[in-house]
Amino acid sequence: MDTAVLVRELTEARGPSGYEAEVREVVRRRFGENAHEVRVDSLGNLIALRRGESAPGPGGARPSVMLAGHMDEIALMVTQVEKGFLRVTQIGGFDPRVLFGQEVVVHGRRELAGIVVSVPPHFTDAAEREKPVPLEKLFVDVGLPPAETEAAVRVGDIVTLRARWTVLSGGYAACKSMDDRAAVAAIALCMEELARRRHEWDVFAVATVQEEVMGVGAATGAFGIQPTMAVAIDVTFAAQPGLSAAESVKMDCGPTIALGPNFHPLVFDRLMAAAKALELPCQVEPIPGTSGTDAWGIQVSRSGIPCGLLGIPVKSMHTPVETVCLRDIERTGKLLAEFISRLETGFADTLVTPDALAVSKADAPTEKA
Amino acid sequence: MLLKRLSEAHGVSGREEDVRSIILEEIRDRVDAARVDAMGNLIARKKGTGESPLRVLLAAHMDEVGLMITQVEDSGLLRFAKVGGIDDRVLPARTVLIGDHRVPGVIGVKPVHLTEKSERDQVTGWKLLAIDIGASSRGEAEKLVQRGDRAVFATEFRELADSRSAWRTVQGKAFDDRAGCAILAELLRGRFPFELSAAFTVQEEVGLRGARVAAFAENPEAAVVLECTAANEVPTKRDVSPSTRLGAGPAITIRDNSFIADPRLVELFAGTARDLGIPHQFKQPNIGGTDAGVIHRARAGVPSVTIAVPARYIHSPAAIMDLNDFEAAITLTREALQRLPAAVAGARRTV
Repeated sequence: MDTAVLVRELTEARGPSGYEAEVREVVRRRFGENAHEVRVDSLGNLIALRRGESAPGPGGARPSVMLAGHMDEIALMVTQVEKGFLRVTQIGGFDPRVLFGQEVVVHGRRELAGIVVSVPPHFTDAAEREKPVPLEKLFVDVGLPPAETEAAVRVGDIVTLRARWTVLSGGYAACKSMDDRAAVAAIALCMEELARRRHEWDVFAVATVQEEVMGVGAATGAFGIQPTMAVAIDVTFAAQPGLSAAESVKMDCGPTIALGPNFHPLVFDRLMAAAKALELPCQVEPIPGTSGTDAWGIQVSRSGIPCGLLGIPVKSMHTPVETVCLRDIERTGKLLAEFISRLETGFADTLVTPDALAVSKADAPTEKA
Repeated sequence: MLLKRLSEAHGVSGREEDVRSIILEEIRDRVDAARVDAMGNLIARKKGTGESPLRVLLAAHMDEVGLMITQVEDSGLLRFAKVGGIDDRVLPARTVLIGDHRVPGVIGVKPVHLTEKSERDQVTGWKLLAIDIGASSRGEAEKLVQRGDRAVFATEFRELADSRSAWRTVQGKAFDDRAGCAILAELLRGRFPFELSAAFTVQEEVGLRGARVAAFAENPEAAVVLECTAANEVPTKRDVSPSTRLGAGPAITIRDNSFIADPRLVELFAGTARDLGIPHQFKQPNIGGTDAGVIHRARAGVPSVTIAVPARYIHSPAAIMDLNDFEAAITLTREALQRLPAAVAGARRTV
């Protein structure tokens, strides 16, 4: 798969939280190329299974790893039609300051192009231009006579950012929805790589829904899949003006491997070992509490699922110009494939300790940075 | 479609060559002579039927607001300044195209997750913003862009309304004033009673500078400025009349911040519109300014008027305009020009 083509296809597709149908079809095709089974669960998660080679254990199940990348995107929703202009609210979190003047697509009875309106400078005084326009005062204009707008748009219709795929120099690209289609792309690349290699574990490649509204899809998806272990892949903050070194990571230095209460120390170790085996650059990202990713919900599904997290560095997150280094997406896919192909059947048994009294203190898993 | 080509062309004030060459090719066979003056104005002449001894100037500006690269940082990021009036609030999270090679870049934004509430209540001024072209060092960046390069918003021309709609709205950048340029190019197909000077001017957005010298050189007896003006119809709590409305026809300026239109010319256009049933409107007085501001005071003075197509959100990356208004502006101006000699009878100077 050509990475740029793959990422473009995924980021240009539409899929606000709860309305992921269009992007799901892209994922179905991309994951399906290298999967044995593909299904969609009741909330809309796309689940592709690639069977491993180990002998099934008792009950016919192989140990399995769930790879979770969310396919939903943040968007707007119409709350009112006023004199032909649309008032909107958010699905997920934008900084309203980035919406001012942006091109959007209104998904009404038919698809309408529009813009989030800006009052021309001719009509505003200096003091006004120094104040951000709050969401309540932003309107979407679809450029139709008011009666036609009212016939075509109703309250609750979805408004998405217009996708503008932009190839920058040096292997970088910008578009809407890199959060988290970059991860979905990395999972597709991992599945392609796995098709060329041997792996003992079953792999569930999952494009989850509704991450941007409280991680709904990953939690319910994990419950249904019951994986032995899970690795979530999400975007993380890349260095850019305004961010300190402590709150950001470098671009083009590989994915981050997260460390903290959300993650099982052995999963972290195995991810680090895989990176080392490939001599692949990667960065450690300490996360002291909630990771704000699918891993947070998956970890507490059923009786607990050991989780890991890879982060793909992205600049300008939650804007129409989310910027990634395509090499970081490829590295993430390679790292996942290496990690999975190095999983032996017995590793599943080391993740939990069914008889703690039989284990000495020294053997207990510890976090290593 | 000429309007689409002109809208997507790059022509930030001072670098209007791309726009000029499109226009020159378009009008080549419609005019008797054309020259480019020292500032870059494209000035074409077209002989009339000889019925009237007047010389009439029609002007539209080629330049658009945009950005200029002022510094290439060690990090490879580009700092910029604004050329012309742009509200800082439309800058974040934009895709731009830089320089002659149209190098794509994006204006980065700090992620909302890491932004304090107090920061979100403030507008990030242009001085704090930077363009990211994917370069990771100054050396890498300078292979692609240079200080002084101009950047424009990467906005494609788009039709908003389909054939079932009463409006024929289109969306794009730089309708101010490529709409005027397209109208002027179209008018040059016609023949008028007088000799016509068609000035496609430069640097309107940085102080009406091109029109000033064009008006001096052409020394006309009357002038019509073809513009694109702001239609401000967004609902607000305060009930303020919109400056102009989309779909209500071309706007005739009676006065704006740059001049008072010649009443004879205002009546010429309004009367022509009434006679022929062409929709038209009057622009709310005292908003904005156009090339007419300098043309009307060229030499001993030139009776002038501005005819403008209304568009929403001008000076931002994407404006909306109705092609019905655009075409009505062409028809109205074409017809009014035929009647112009009688309207300004007596304006002819005895030299």
